[in-house]
Amino acid sequence: MTAKPAIEDLLRELAPQVLGVLVRRYGDFYAAEDAVQEALLAAALHWPSDGVPDNPRGWLVQAAVRRLTDQFRSEQARRRREEAVAQEPPAGEVGDRDDTLILLFLCCHPSLTPASAIALTLRAVGGLTTAEIANAFLVPETTMAQRISRAKKSIKASGEPFRMPIGDDRARRLRSVLHVLYLLFNEGYTSSVGEELHRSELSGEAIRLTRLVHAVLPEDGEVAGLLALMLLTDARRPARTGADGELIPLAEQDRTRWDRPLIAEGTALITDAVARGAVGEYQLQAAIAAVHDDAPRAEETDWPQILALYGLLERMSGNPMVALNRAIAAAMVHGPEAGLKLLAALDKPLAGHYRLDAVRAHFHEMAGDAEAAITHYRAAAARTTSLPERHYLTTQAAKLTPR
Amino acid sequence: MPKFLLLMHYAEIEGVPPITEWAPEDIKAHIAFQHTLGQELTDKGELVDGQGLAGPEAAKFVTFRGEGAPVVTDGPFAEAKEFLAGYWMVDVDNEARAVEIAAQASAAPGPGGVPIGQEIEVREVMSAPSVEQ
Repeated sequence: MTAKPAIEDLLRELAPQVLGVLVRRYGDFYAAEDAVQEALLAAALHWPSDGVPDNPRGWLVQAAVRRLTDQFRSEQARRRREEAVAQEPPAGEVGDRDDTLILLFLCCHPSLTPASAIALTLRAVGGLTTAEIANAFLVPETTMAQRISRAKKSIKASGEPFRMPIGDDRARRLRSVLHVLYLLFNEGYTSSVGEELHRSELSGEAIRLTRLVHAVLPEDGEVAGLLALMLLTDARRPARTGADGELIPLAEQDRTRWDRPLIAEGTALITDAVARGAVGEYQLQAAIAAVHDDAPRAEETDWPQILALYGLLERMSGNPMVALNRAIAAAMVHGPEAGLKLLAALDKPLAGHYRLDAVRAHFHEMAGDAEAAITHYRAAAARTTSLPERHYLTTQAAKLTPR
Repeated sequence: MPKFLLLMHYAEIEGVPPITEWAPEDIKAHIAFQHTLGQELTDKGELVDGQGLAGPEAAKFVTFRGEGAPVVTDGPFAEAKEFLAGYWMVDVDNEARAVEIAAQASAAPGPGGVPIGQEIEVREVMSAPSVEQ
């Protein structure tokens, strides 16, 4: 008998390879994906008691093909297969790694909403079951099954062939993939809804998938930058929540609890990527994370460098959230008044966003204006949709209230 | 087993200031209480779902009569005296147990650890008709 977690890891590693083989052979991503999912479920059921077969990949391919042929038995399906065979790309030497990347390009198709792309990526490339994905996103399994099925239909309707995009198209599509992986990581890190501050399994999965992409494209600076950003951020996770699940801000975290090996790996990655030129947004964000992680104490943070990096990032992205972060860095370097001045320009682009109120509250607190700080902490608490953040902001207001 | 929806209304309670004015340790105790209650219901196998809702400041009312554009209004406004703050759905043996849980939730600690006596609405979830023998 083999331990269950080991089998799960193996299945998830093999999932995209097996799917790649089937799509290559039969051309029908929609049906092949279902067949692979069923084969994975069968393996998860039998392998723990029967033992892992000598050739697990071959076993899965065979099991999936058997299911696919069952599906193809009906008259209509047979026609579909004949068409599929006619469209089948010529056999060639294609590595599993390329297949994984092509699958990612498909699953992160621009016609899909991010929520659909994430779900489909987790299933088709990540090898997670529909039940596991539903559980991670706190929705009923039938809802998630529908979301995945609709995503697959959209891809089918797009007529996207199973092959590597080329030229500009490839670069554009890679950006979509990285964006989906970034959103998946964030979903796990600062869960956008509900009570749990981070659902580490989603972040872990985002890191695993980004590692796969990095292994295929080691020379790509933005892939390396994104992976570094995830590692450098995830390294702080153990210190980010207290005993009751409450949020602990960066400045108050116990830095001895940060994951040093992850920081070392992330720092090496980003240093190497930046040295190769053509700096992109993920690399800048990773560089900022590296500066934070480099400070043994919050007071030793190199804020002038962070301010400069945010300046570059703001020029590149034009994102008001980046401008908000630059204001924080400016306040740390030049004082709260400088920060407040920068915030004034964000009233319109970030109107009604709780983060603007939260940052403004923090600056007023730094400046010693408790009354204004309380007002803005309360406004932020009223508008956030994250329970741990609401608790944190409520407590900040309470701490300043005279009694 | 019948299911019940326990609705937590936020309403001004006489003698209890808004939570942002409580002492930090009272807020902490209140949050810990909600956490423990959720854990208890989970451990007993009674909790179906429980969620807190985002504040009413960002809420919207939507009406649409099928023609033109839907009417979307902001509200309830921050001054609203009462709004839905969150809910639990529980799957329990009977109504008595649902009421018992509601009572426990209502006694969440406020300033100085004194139970605030928040009003909890208990509504049974409708089910399919029972199978005739």
